[in-house]
Amino acid sequence: MSRLLASCRVLTAFGLALSLSGCGPREPDTSGQAPVVQRLTEKQYRQVIADVFGDDIRVVGRFEPVVRKEGLIEVGTNAATVTPAGFEQFDTMARNIVSQLFAPDRRDRTVACKPAAASAPDDACAGQVLAKYGRLLFRRPLSSDELKARVAVAHQAATSSGSFYDGLQFALATELEMPEFLFRIDTAEADPDHPGKMRLDAYSKASRLSFLLWNAAPDDQLLSAAEKGDLNSERGLRQQVDRLLASPRLEAGIRGFFTDMLAFDGFENLAKDGMIYPAFNATVAADAQEQTLRTIVDLLVVRQGDYRDLFTTRRIFMDRVLGPIYYVPVAPKHGWVPYEFAESDPRAGLLSEISFTSLYAHPGQSSPTLRGKAVREIFLCQKVPAPPANVNFAVAQDTSNPDYKTARARLTAHRTNPTCAGCHRIMDPIGLALENFDGIGAFRMQENGAPIDASGELDGAHFANAKDLGKAIHDNPAAASCLVDTLSKYAGGQASVKGDREWMQWLNGRFVAERYRVPALLRTLALSNGFYAIAEPGKRTGLSTAALRPEDQR
Amino acid sequence: MTITRRQVLRGTAGGLAASVALPLLDCMLNANGTALASGAPMPLRFGTWFWGCGINPGRWNPKATGADYEITPELKPIERVRAHITVLSKFDVLLDGKPNFVHSSGNLGIRTGQAPAQADQSELPTIDVLISDAVGGATRFRSLELTASGNPRHSYSRRSTSVINPAEGSPVAFYTRLFGPDFKDPNAADFKPDPAIMLRRSVLSSVSDDRARLAATVGAADRARLDEYFTSVRQLEQQLELQLQKPPPAEACVIPKKPGEGPVGQDIEVSTANHKVLAGLLAMALACNQTKVFNMVFSDSASSLTKAGTDKTHHTLTHEELADPQLDYQPQATWFGARSLDAWADFVSILAAVKEGDGTLLDNCLVLAHSDTSFAKTHDVLGIPIMLAGRAGGRIKTGIHVAGNGEPVSRVGLTLQQIMGLPIDRWGMGAMQTAKPVGEILT
Repeated sequence: MSRLLASCRVLTAFGLALSLSGCGPREPDTSGQAPVVQRLTEKQYRQVIADVFGDDIRVVGRFEPVVRKEGLIEVGTNAATVTPAGFEQFDTMARNIVSQLFAPDRRDRTVACKPAAASAPDDACAGQVLAKYGRLLFRRPLSSDELKARVAVAHQAATSSGSFYDGLQFALATELEMPEFLFRIDTAEADPDHPGKMRLDAYSKASRLSFLLWNAAPDDQLLSAAEKGDLNSERGLRQQVDRLLASPRLEAGIRGFFTDMLAFDGFENLAKDGMIYPAFNATVAADAQEQTLRTIVDLLVVRQGDYRDLFTTRRIFMDRVLGPIYYVPVAPKHGWVPYEFAESDPRAGLLSEISFTSLYAHPGQSSPTLRGKAVREIFLCQKVPAPPANVNFAVAQDTSNPDYKTARARLTAHRTNPTCAGCHRIMDPIGLALENFDGIGAFRMQENGAPIDASGELDGAHFANAKDLGKAIHDNPAAASCLVDTLSKYAGGQASVKGDREWMQWLNGRFVAERYRVPALLRTLALSNGFYAIAEPGKRTGLSTAALRPEDQR
Repeated sequence: MTITRRQVLRGTAGGLAASVALPLLDCMLNANGTALASGAPMPLRFGTWFWGCGINPGRWNPKATGADYEITPELKPIERVRAHITVLSKFDVLLDGKPNFVHSSGNLGIRTGQAPAQADQSELPTIDVLISDAVGGATRFRSLELTASGNPRHSYSRRSTSVINPAEGSPVAFYTRLFGPDFKDPNAADFKPDPAIMLRRSVLSSVSDDRARLAATVGAADRARLDEYFTSVRQLEQQLELQLQKPPPAEACVIPKKPGEGPVGQDIEVSTANHKVLAGLLAMALACNQTKVFNMVFSDSASSLTKAGTDKTHHTLTHEELADPQLDYQPQATWFGARSLDAWADFVSILAAVKEGDGTLLDNCLVLAHSDTSFAKTHDVLGIPIMLAGRAGGRIKTGIHVAGNGEPVSRVGLTLQQIMGLPIDRWGMGAMQTAKPVGEILT
């Protein structure tokens, strides 16, 4: 009962518009997730350096790619390690970062204390600096042994180099190379509220929260809240969650999540044929992502809108680079401007944006199959089986047939093969609805001189074109539950808890009750017990099968 | 059984000297005469060269075996380097009842001796990793991974599914990594250990201070991942240790000129040009003893190569292009295959152009070239084209064709590891397990 009341208070605190009927059923117990060890992503590493040392510090180096798992990089980081080539890069980056921090004109900003002598070790001053940065980099205070070890490095290096600052510089570089910085390592403890169960400790909680909501490491305030034990009380946790949600930095968190979900890392190596698509270049690729992310942030955060409207919204942002591909005039020197497609415009919603149609296409042509597969997998969480190896293309390749001019004609021929038909039937109708957008997302009425027919059907809903497809996805219950599932995987760094269907249903129910608002969903998740519950060893096996011994944690 | 990683790690953990596995000495003794003036044997190098989407078997496989095999239409591109190459046809990846995961079963089957149980999963280390664990410790880099496409994900050098050695695609970045400030010229007249490097090395060892405590807090799978991380730290420490010793002279080593920034991408002309520059730098990296193991990817598994002005990639063409009724093959897809083999011949020529000892750099290399499929249209993993280049310091015969006639392709991997000195008598899993090396190629 007390929990029910608590969740009502939560809702009224969040918005008076919600009636008491918004207080849903109480959160079911979960078996908990596995503790994770996630390698920082490139974006997170860069963000931490900017937050801790200032955004004037340049990070020069290459980050080794992470293998996507469960459709997400963030889950892949829970399996990623550091190869020799990768560590070489981390070493180079660390040395480069500290050399900037200790440049003559910046050194005093980095080192607040004054050493007794610039030419000799000073353990007290070195300790202050290494403790301050170490806490922000390791996302928890250094233990006294850890700090001693870092100070010893500074001492030794200062002695052999004959310079306090050189010694400190070396020691600070090691903090940037240590596993405690490069990996987010969950620590669990016994949960006093649920005897016999485990939960994340306060610092691990702080990290989960911060990376989820800001895609960054915990700031000083959040670490202090962890230190004081605030994050283990409902009130203290709520205060911090609401602070993080109210901050402008929520935008970075939303961007981080959708960049991962939409697989925008694919743009890093996306190439289009310059002769077929002369309008496409690296700037278009970058701005296409920015356009989608701006649109998402505007709808979900600024306007606190319904997630499902992403598939139908006519409100978008435009710049001079993208304007020509959309056939939209953009006045010079305006940067990004809000734009609303006319009611009659064939475009509306995320699927008609260049970021989607160009990413899911071939270098020289569109691809209904890739697009249909992406819609099924990314937005509806429906796995499309891998294609069979030995495909019979005899029908499509019979030279006595006239050429198949459109993708629909080619794929229809292909689908006469029953082994192919099973999967193509679930991908192609979706992708064919987007055939009015070519390989870079420019609108077209014809392909090879033949008119394009963009009609089709999705799980019983018939549509005539891309806009109707957006509407069909908007109305498909799988779209909302897929977002909840993807977000919970992203937040926990692992596959969602299969045994905890009841908990997922509860989360889904909250999302519906909160009118599909993503910040509200984030809040529900961040305040839930399930988000921090850790499975007892052997009770469940996640991607990371950690066997935790609580007595080892302290 | 295969040699386990742990055994190898145990060998390297003891330090630099221990990391040169004893079996290497055996094969050095077997070397037939190529030696430095000082009497020390030439280093033996191993590498792989990969291209995607295969060949047309009927137009590629020679009929005759031995030295007098005929140059078939699709072997034409390698005719100019025929004397340096060993052609291996009709060796099969056996799926053992597992599905044929398109473009990954064949590639990983050849490299790990086991068809994957899931798409693109490498349950076992790839052959280059096994070899570099055994022989890579004595050089500055354990191995070097390159891709002509510029995409770091185009790497088939893997310790496991999630530990993929990233590939370098930029000649400028590759040059800087090799010949930048940390490079020590092996032929420099004077050598003084750099105090800055000494300091870096001693400081770096402190990164692993808390290794034991950390290992105790995580589960087995995460502990293995952290072990990988600590192995990487150790690798860099060893790299720095080597920088503090006077390097043995390398007579073929000439520091190359820094390349300019060129375009990088999957247009075949761009990839071909980039490949040549990278290969030239790699040749000097080998000649200057910077590594003994390398991996070059010309095009990815399921080749994404494009030709300017055409709408389909090499991969798409292999599936969608109509076979020309007169020629009876897909002319455009086949064109990409021919260009890929032409790039392979470029690669071989570049290594062969470097004089080393009594012969060439290539003579002291063993390079495995292969694709992910034989006939790409059906993703056929039987008879995937394989070629070897280099004489491995006189250990293998070149200029010949050997037909496997359905034997498991793991025989090739077993043979290569044995030539490189690994103490194994069998390799591969399930139906691919074999104890039978390809004797025809051994001298």
